[in-house]
Amino acid sequence: MPNMSPKKNEMPTQAPDVRNKNFKEVALGYMPETAIDEAKRCLNCKHKPCVAGCPVKIHIPAFIEKMAQGDFEGAYEIIAQSSSLPAVCGRVCPQETQCEQKCVRGIKGEPVAIGRLERFAADYHNANCKTAPQKPESNGHKVAVIGSGPSGLTCAGDLAKAGYEVTVFEALHLAGGVLVYGIPEFRLPKAIVQKEIDTLKELGVTVETNVVIGKSTSIDELMESGFEAVFIGSGAGLPRFMGIPGENLKGVYSANEFLTRVNLMKAYKDEPSTPIMHASKVAVVGGGNVAMDAARCAKRLGAKDVYIVYRRSMEELPARAEEVEHAQEEGIIFKLLTNPTEILPDENRFVGGMKCVEMELGEPDASGRRRPVVKEGSEFVLDVDCVIMSIGTSPNPLIKSTTEGLAVHKWGGIIADEETGKTSREGVYAGGDAVTGAATVILAMGAGKDAAKAIDEYIQSKNKE
Amino acid sequence: MFKIVKKKELNPTVTLMEIEAPLVAKKAEPGQFIILRADAAGERIPLTIADFDRDKGTVTIIYQIVGATTKHLNSLNVGDSLTDFVGPLGQATHTEGLKKVAVVGGGVGCAIAYPVTKKLHNLGCEVHAIVGFRSKDLLILEDEFRAASNKLVIMSDDGSVGEKGLVTDALKKLIDSGEQYDEVIAIGPLVMMKFVAKLTKEYGIKTVVSMNPIMIDGTGMCGGCRLSVGGEMKFACVDGPDFDGHLVDFDEAMERASMYKDFEKHAYDAECNLFQKEVK
Ligand SMILES: Cc1cc2nc3c(=O)[nH]c(=O)nc-3n(C[C@H](O)[C@H](O)[C@H](O)COP(=O)(O)OP(=O)(O)OC[C@H]3O[C@@H](n4cnc5c(N)ncnc54)[C@H](O)[C@@H]3O)c2cc1C
Ligand SMILES: Cc1cc2nc3c(=O)[nH]c(=O)nc-3n(C[C@H](O)[C@H](O)[C@H](O)COP(=O)(O)OP(=O)(O)OC[C@H]3O[C@@H](n4cnc5c(N)ncnc54)[C@H](O)[C@@H]3O)c2cc1C
Ligand code: SF4
Ligand code: SF4
Ligand code: FES
Ligand SMILES: [Mg+2]
Repeated sequence: MPNMSPKKNEMPTQAPDVRNKNFKEVALGYMPETAIDEAKRCLNCKHKPCVAGCPVKIHIPAFIEKMAQGDFEGAYEIIAQSSSLPAVCGRVCPQETQCEQKCVRGIKGEPVAIGRLERFAADYHNANCKTAPQKPESNGHKVAVIGSGPSGLTCAGDLAKAGYEVTVFEALHLAGGVLVYGIPEFRLPKAIVQKEIDTLKELGVTVETNVVIGKSTSIDELMESGFEAVFIGSGAGLPRFMGIPGENLKGVYSANEFLTRVNLMKAYKDEPSTPIMHASKVAVVGGGNVAMDAARCAKRLGAKDVYIVYRRSMEELPARAEEVEHAQEEGIIFKLLTNPTEILPDENRFVGGMKCVEMELGEPDASGRRRPVVKEGSEFVLDVDCVIMSIGTSPNPLIKSTTEGLAVHKWGGIIADEETGKTSREGVYAGGDAVTGAATVILAMGAGKDAAKAIDEYIQSKNKE
Repeated sequence: MFKIVKKKELNPTVTLMEIEAPLVAKKAEPGQFIILRADAAGERIPLTIADFDRDKGTVTIIYQIVGATTKHLNSLNVGDSLTDFVGPLGQATHTEGLKKVAVVGGGVGCAIAYPVTKKLHNLGCEVHAIVGFRSKDLLILEDEFRAASNKLVIMSDDGSVGEKGLVTDALKKLIDSGEQYDEVIAIGPLVMMKFVAKLTKEYGIKTVVSMNPIMIDGTGMCGGCRLSVGGEMKFACVDGPDFDGHLVDFDEAMERASMYKDFEKHAYDAECNLFQKEVK
């Protein structure tokens, strides 16, 4: 008999006024009994609408059925058939617009907590499974992967399992992409990402950090040196700024810089070697996951007032619902329908304030969202000493400009076949944010998976001839 | 890991190190830089590629000890290794078509100016080098510059070596004496580059400066190294580090370079204390 409670089992979390002062994980995870209880809310629907909502088509009712029986390892195995980063996706997927949005239990109540169950199964596996993965027998073919974000890691993992000799090249000193330099520890503990990378290494994948493709070496040189195919998973690229006066004042960051200092360079620790501003009043401009992360990091570094400044309303906020909720609980102040027009200096040329205007929503634009328009005479100055711009990114031209014949869109994203990741260059595949623009972990992972399959087919057929 | 194969003190505050980094050495060009972390707890700092040897697979860096990280770097010795060393980053200095160039270097900036001086000289370009230091004991790379230039003018603030005065005085004198340069390349402290650019603007001589804003990733990801150049926002690590000196907003760059002054002073003092403890 299924559990007909209309509500999800709540996720235990650190108390808001405790957690907004530390960098430890906010959501603590279900206990086994809670996981079983939640799993029993699933109706095991024939049509499995939830599966259609998952970009990598995890067999959701099947894994949840195992969970309901208390067979957590069995559940993990089902998930692992479709996803290589369940501990990550269970934590960071925007479930409310994906799997859980389609769940029938959501019609008259809350959907099954699919993400939380996935996280539980993955954490259970990581804590209890001690057998190291077997290094597969090499098939002698070499593939290069550029970038160690979720797309690159997934592509590398799948190819390694199929016997390929894979080398991942990463520009930074640490592998993991946005999972290590962007998403903060309190949302995605770095140990989880490290474990994924260790697993890859056990599968025989070589990870070369400190190599910038397009500078240290190029795709053509990789191909000449014996790599039969290349996967580009180089991510979303350069941060954008608004183009308003005052953006180069001291105390104005891009979210990428702020988060990199905090996460990758550990500026939140005592006696860090990389500096960060400990501001007291911070405005974060933007409304995505990146903005929420920057705001919550600023709060944890000791800021008194932290504002999210976003030009549309609550409904349009692109961030995951859970992050918005958590941010609000932690005391982040939402200044919605507000748009900055100028950043003002103090007497030492640090940020002294931010001039803003209020907005109202007008007619829907091409994207179907109502276009914000300026309210006459609404100008005011927000009292802040630090501004973090989190308004998106534009593609890094480095790889494009050093790879002849690699076609890109007008906006700079790499053109790749949606199903296979195939680019205009033979043997070169691409996926993740480098192709789509800033998107999600699960989409990047899915793209890496599809490309691995296509690369395998490509190399197999090439060597048959 | 990247092994230190040579270490040489050039003056009491400036050290040369040769590092084993074959991949970097293979591609390095004058004007480019690397980013290193001395150890796993360290910060990422950019340093110019002062020289490279493709056959040996080594890269030379020359750094001035100004703060915690450079001090820590300087505590390492031949045989020790750096945890991270990535490059070559940034655009190489443009040298095509230049027939006669004045290279102006100030202080440790001379280390950055040297490789391009050498390259121009090897390309057959007439090079006049003007190098400036506070005093004689801070003079570096004199022999190297002499060998790589057609004319070398040494300036010092106190007159203890070469002529007393500023590099801009020497440059002005050369221009006024009728020397016609295709281009001036100025590398040194921001104020120095600002005044060289101001001078050459009056004479209408194209001037390239090498900008060194605070960087982290060096790959165009963070935007921390941004500058205003001709009213446009540029990222020094990918668009530079060389820029048209007549278009750079130096005042803004100087402001931004001082953003973490208090933190840096504290970190430096802490590093010194640590150092003293170790010595005891
Ligand atoms: C702060 C933040 C929070 C986010 N929160 C969420 C969330 O909650 N849920 C969600 O689903 N998504 C979230 N995202 C988005 C998600 O992280 C990305 O969509 C995803 O990481 C993209 O993966 P990727 O593999 O394409 O690239 P990335 O993760 O960006 O990795 C690319 C890697 O390639 C490296 N690289 C780049 N150029 C080169 C080169 N030339 N040579 C060698 N290496 C190179 C980079 O250094 C980087 O490590 C967030 C993003 C950010 C920034
Ligand atoms: C492209 C480029 C090339 C450079 N080449 C050389 C070189 O060949 N030799 C040399 O001696 N120096 C060079 N520098 C400057 C060098 O990076 C700094 O002196 C060094 O980072 C100082 O670190 P610190 O911790 O010892 O000092 P700190 O006390 O932390 O800083 C002292 C000053 O150095 C600057 N600085 C601090 N951190 C950084 C950073 N992450 N990136 C850039 N500047 C910073 C700031 O202006 C600061 O006020 C270069 C900088 C750039 C951007
Ligand atoms: S991977 Fe993401 S979308 Fe798919 S089932 Fe898991 S949480 Fe849902
Ligand atoms: S839609 Fe919901 S209830 Fe139905 S199978 Fe999927 S998770 Fe279970
Ligand atoms: S150093 Fe980060 S973009 Fe240049
Ligand atoms: Mg420092």
